[in-house]
Parts: sequence; structure tokens; C-alpha cells
Amino acid sequence: MNLEFTAEEQAFRREVRDFLATGLPDDIRERVRLGRRLSADDHLRWQDSLSVRGWLGVNWPQEHGGPGWGPVERHIFEEECAAAHAPTIVPFGVSMVAPVIMKFGSETQKRHYVPRILSNQDWWCQGYSEPGAGSDLASLRTRAVRDGDEYVVTGQKSWTTLGQHANMMFCLVRTDPEAKKQAGISFLLIDMETPGISVRPIITLDGAHEVNEVFLDEVRVPVANRIGEEGQGWTCAKFLLTHERTGIAGLGHAKQALRHLKSVALEIQHRGRPLLEQPHFRQRVVKAEIELMALEVTHLRVLAAARDGGAPGAESSLLKVRGSELRQELSELTRRALGPQALPFFPDHLYGDQELEREEAEHAALGAQYFNRRKLSIYGGSNEIQKSIVAKTLLGM
Amino acid sequence: MNFAYSDEQRMLADTLERLVADQAPTETDALHGEPSPLWGTFAELGLLQLPFTEEAGGLGGDGIDVMIVMQALGRGLVREPYLAGLLLPGTLLARLADAPQRERWLAPLLEGELRLALAWQETAARYDAHAIATCARRQADGWIIEGAKQVVIAAPSATALLVSARVDDGTLGVFLVPADSPGLERRDYPTLDDQIASDVQLKGVALPHDARLGEDAAEALAEVLALGRAALCAEAVGAMEAACDQTLAYLKERRQFGTPLASFQVLQHRMVDMHLNLEQARSMAILAAASLERPSDERDYRVAAAKAYCGEAARFVAEQAIQLHGAMGMTEECRISHYARHLVMFDHHLGDVDHHLEFVSEGLSAA
Repeated sequence: MNLEFTAEEQAFRREVRDFLATGLPDDIRERVRLGRRLSADDHLRWQDSLSVRGWLGVNWPQEHGGPGWGPVERHIFEEECAAAHAPTIVPFGVSMVAPVIMKFGSETQKRHYVPRILSNQDWWCQGYSEPGAGSDLASLRTRAVRDGDEYVVTGQKSWTTLGQHANMMFCLVRTDPEAKKQAGISFLLIDMETPGISVRPIITLDGAHEVNEVFLDEVRVPVANRIGEEGQGWTCAKFLLTHERTGIAGLGHAKQALRHLKSVALEIQHRGRPLLEQPHFRQRVVKAEIELMALEVTHLRVLAAARDGGAPGAESSLLKVRGSELRQELSELTRRALGPQALPFFPDHLYGDQELEREEAEHAALGAQYFNRRKLSIYGGSNEIQKSIVAKTLLGM
Repeated sequence: MNFAYSDEQRMLADTLERLVADQAPTETDALHGEPSPLWGTFAELGLLQLPFTEEAGGLGGDGIDVMIVMQALGRGLVREPYLAGLLLPGTLLARLADAPQRERWLAPLLEGELRLALAWQETAARYDAHAIATCARRQADGWIIEGAKQVVIAAPSATALLVSARVDDGTLGVFLVPADSPGLERRDYPTLDDQIASDVQLKGVALPHDARLGEDAAEALAEVLALGRAALCAEAVGAMEAACDQTLAYLKERRQFGTPLASFQVLQHRMVDMHLNLEQARSMAILAAASLERPSDERDYRVAAAKAYCGEAARFVAEQAIQLHGAMGMTEECRISHYARHLVMFDHHLGDVDHHLEFVSEGLSAA
């Protein structure tokens, strides 16, 4: 038993670091560091840079143009990206729909969509949740009625992240209202330019436009855009959800957040001394640091199991719960560290191009970020759902 | 990066699992005086030699081997003083003793012929191994030890104690004090976690020159305490495993309102929280065991973090195990209560959560 990375893995880490030093545009790095919203173009410039390097399809096999990394390489890559203030790869195309198309798509679909994802030609968004179907996703009501070679889709999707930039949406629709819940669902690929689709922003409690509502009003979708058989959508959806999702613990982000917290708490003064020396505050930082140590080893245990052929199942739910709690605690401590400085709110700076004085910009995002991080325990299956998954699958309750 | 056991370790774990499963809970009284038959089995299986270097007559086991043993003992709630009677005093002895001292004390220890105990704690020093008042004065014909030691686990069954004392030249000394030395007085008692211990008075105990083990023992003692803390974490993980298993089984079997308790979501989530604590604590126990060969700063930082983390996790698991067993969990008859006592009192051995959090806090890197 040993916890060390091999010489090859360490060399790989250096390779990633070297790439990030030149491959990540400085203006993007700075925006991420300051917690400012990226434009669609920012995302694309970064993902193009990865694409050229051959590193965009992080979880893809080589035959489809991925780097063929194992779980350990992916972990190292994610950790280094977070440390370098690289944007998170927009997951909906690369990490979510691509594996589904590779697994369940026809040859024609694979040939058409997969290369377009790798070259950033398509921006995908996710049409899963609905106003009436959140944790209980299978109760979704968006209808798709067959009409010749087309489906006519009507309904409403919600919490569609970055849908404002997307030209494609993968969507769960009900094709058979008579069948039992899961059995009547199909998986469709929908062009966002199709008449009848409208996207409306949802502004979240941090003032950000990150998620959207998507309205579908008699949208005509070719049957050829269905993945798998009619009624097989739930299988695709489950595959997507249980498909090994690297970075579910957000370990790289948590490490970066802890470093950031320490730097803020060293800079902020409390009675003439750095706040980090204030015993009560320091104690909470210490506890977060120790929780992070435990999370990292647990994460490495899961990675090693995945590398050796084990399927990470319920363990990733454990990582998700503890990882999100830790990241929320770190965002809470960082907000508190600022004291009164956490109050000023400059949405035009955070989400637009308004510039602030350098010093003000350094801390401008931290108050709002706390609110943004509340999503971590809600999305991707809320922490309560994760616990129920563990209770059922791991503990047999 | 590899978390799998070697073939030998797998065999060791299997052997221990069988051994522990066959054991009836150890009665505290049986631990007085003579070693129990189980200690002989430990000797036969090589467990007494396992954690010592080959050069010291052992099998050269590492931190992970010790973790495997302790985890099994914790799982079975085996109260033989493997840690207090063998591991702590033995590894300190092996680290400091010269050849004649090893011959006289270490060899029989590894054969299971005698047991030792490590007397390092003092009332005023709490968990601090250095701020001690017991002192050793050099005499023409040897040493005089004066002082008092508190809660020396396994002392009643020890042939001799390893006693830490401040030497008149300012160094930290460790002395081998036979249990029958004139001036050594013991008050024996059971502990809340079913072990035996003593408070020890040392009133002008006269010892020969060769009673001192090595010279300044500060680094050796730190090393041994790190090993002990890592071992305790592993033992707690084993006990947490058992407590989680028993609680889960109880929730599935016990019916109220016409349905198993396991069908209530509020209890399911509590059970998952116990499991989360167990798995995170397991990670920290692994980290501690794998860090024992690291430079002392890094070793002690990680071990302290692990001991603090496991202390909180163990208490959480214990309290929830009692709660989820309902009134049954309050009874001595129910096995879970013994695990709960063990898991809570684990925090009082070799430094508690506060002690270790303070240590981590002092060593916290600003980057």
C-alpha cells in the first residue's frame, strides 16, 4: 500500500502544468481567479486550446479522439487546471452527451456529433429537469408525439445551465404516456434553432445568469435525432448519471479554495494581526484542512479502485456529499473573512466588463460566490438523494 | 498509488479476522496477572514479532501491517494489551536499547514470555510527553527516579515499566523499571473501555546504570507515540466498522409501526452519515499508517490530523449507534454499548481531538 504517485504520473503532472502555463490565455486565467463570469468566447478559446492539444475529450477513449487517460491522469489534470485558474470544461457535450452517443448512438450519429464536440462546433445543453421533475426526474412531462419522420415536442425544461450559449440540447421526453414512468421516456437531440424553442434566463440568488428555462412549443425533431430505441431514454439517462464522473468530489476546486481562503485570511487584519491567527477562525480553517486531507485519500482510494477495474458506484455519492459540504464551508469561511468587505456587490463587474480598482476586484466575487456554491449540494442529485442512493445500494436499506 | 494489501497482508487480515471472530469478549478480570491464552496464540501467529525490525528479532512489519492487526482487534473488541503491553514499550525499547538490554527484555517480550508498559503520562502534563516532572538523578552507583505517572495502561500485567523522566542534564530519559522495584507503588483499576491501568508512584526508586535506555529519548518517544496514534486510529476504524455493521443489522431487524426501522428515511440518512464518518476515518487511518516513515514534521502533522479526525468520527459513530439502538443501546447486555464506550474513550488515549487540533493548528501551513 502506498499513497504516492508514480514517476510517470508525476511527469504527467509537470506536462499538464507546462501546458497550462502557455495554453491558458492570461485574461481568462485572471477572470477565473477573480471569480468573474466568462463569456461564451472565453470558454471556447480555452476549449479550443485544449482541443488542439488533444486534451478536450478528457474521459474519451483514444479511438474517438480522446487522450485515453485513466482515472488517475484525469484527476491530476483536473487538480492542475483548478490550481491554474483554468475554466471548468463545459461538461454537457464532452462529458455527458458524448459518452451516451458513443455508447447508444448509431454509426451515423457518432460520425456526425462526436467530432463536432471535440472541435467545439456544437455547444450542448442539458434538457433533463423540469419545473415538476427535479429529484424525481422520471416524472418528467415534456411530450414528444410521433408525426411521420418527426417528433413534435412540447413542454418545459428548467435549470438549463449555459443554455443561452447552446445550439444543441440533449433532452429527455415522454414518448409513451401510457407506459410506466421510466419506460415511456426517450432521448432526443434537439437543434436549438428549431422554431418553437425559446430560452428565458433564470437569475440565481448571486445575481448571475447561469441557468435558464427552455420552452418547447410544438418543436419538430427528426426521428433520426433519437438516441437508442424509443422508450430507451431512461437507460441512456441512467448511463449518463452513473457514467464515471471524475471530479465529483471537486477535490481540485476544494484545494484551490482552501489556498485562497488562507491567502485572504492572512491578508485581512484582525486587531493588528492576520485573521488566520485569530484562534476561533483558525480552528475552522484547521478543520477544513483536515477534512480535505481525508477527502483526498478517500478520493484516491476511489480512483485506484476505478483504475484497477472496479466500478465506482455509491462511493462517488459519498465523495459528492462530503466534497460539496467542504466547498460550501470554505466559501462560508472566505465570505466571513472579508468582514464588511463582503457586502459591496458589483454585478456589472462580476458578470460583465465593468472594471474595478485592483484591490476591490480581488475580493469582489467572494460574497456572491458563497451563494453560488449553495448549488453544489443541490445539483447532480441533491445530497439527500445521494444519501438515499448510498442507503439503498451500499447498505441495502 | 495503491491501496491493495499484498498477498501476505491479505493472509494476515484473513487470519486475524478468523481469530477475532472466534473470541468471546475479554473479561477485564482475566487481564490481571497472567497473560491470557490468546496472547500465546498471538505469539504462535508471529503477531508479537510482526511490528519489530528483523535486526531486533522481529518480522519487519510496517505501519500498514500494524494497521491490519489493530483494525482486526478493534473490530472484535479484543482487549489484549497489544498496543500498551507490546507495541508502545516494545518499539521504544527496540529503538533505544543496547544489545544486553535487548537480550534481557526485548527477546522475551517478542516470545510472549513477559509484557511491558509505557509510563509516560503525568497529571499536570496531560497529553504532553515532554512537560514532565518525574526526574532521574545520576548517582555514583546508578539512578534515583522520583515522580508519579498517571493512567499507565497495562501496567498491572507488566513485568517492567518504561518510565520517562527528565534527567539532571536536561535530556529526556527512558528507564526500565522492574515492576517489583522497591519504591514503586501501583494503584490498579479498570478503565471505562475495559482495559486495566495503574497510577504509579516512584519514590526514590534506585536503578542500576544500565537501566537507562539510550541517551536523549525525545525523538524516539515521538516516533513511538506516532506509531501508537496511527495504531489507535486503525483500532478505532475496526470498532467503527463493527458498530456500523451491528447498527445496520439492528435497523433491518427491528420493527416498529409495522415496518423495519431501516425503511425510515431519517434513519437511513443517519446510517449513511455513520458510514461517511467511517470511510473518511479509514482514509485518515491509512494516511497515518503510510506516513510513519516520513520526516518527523510531516509524520507528526499527518498523524495528529488523523487522530483528531478519527476522534470526532469515533464519537459520532458511537453516539449514533446508541441512539439508533434506542433503549437497547443503553444496556450493558447489548454489545453495541461496549463498542460505544471503546469508541468514545479512544479519544482519551495518546492525545484527544483538542490536543491534536492544537498541534495541527500550530503546524498549519499558510499556503
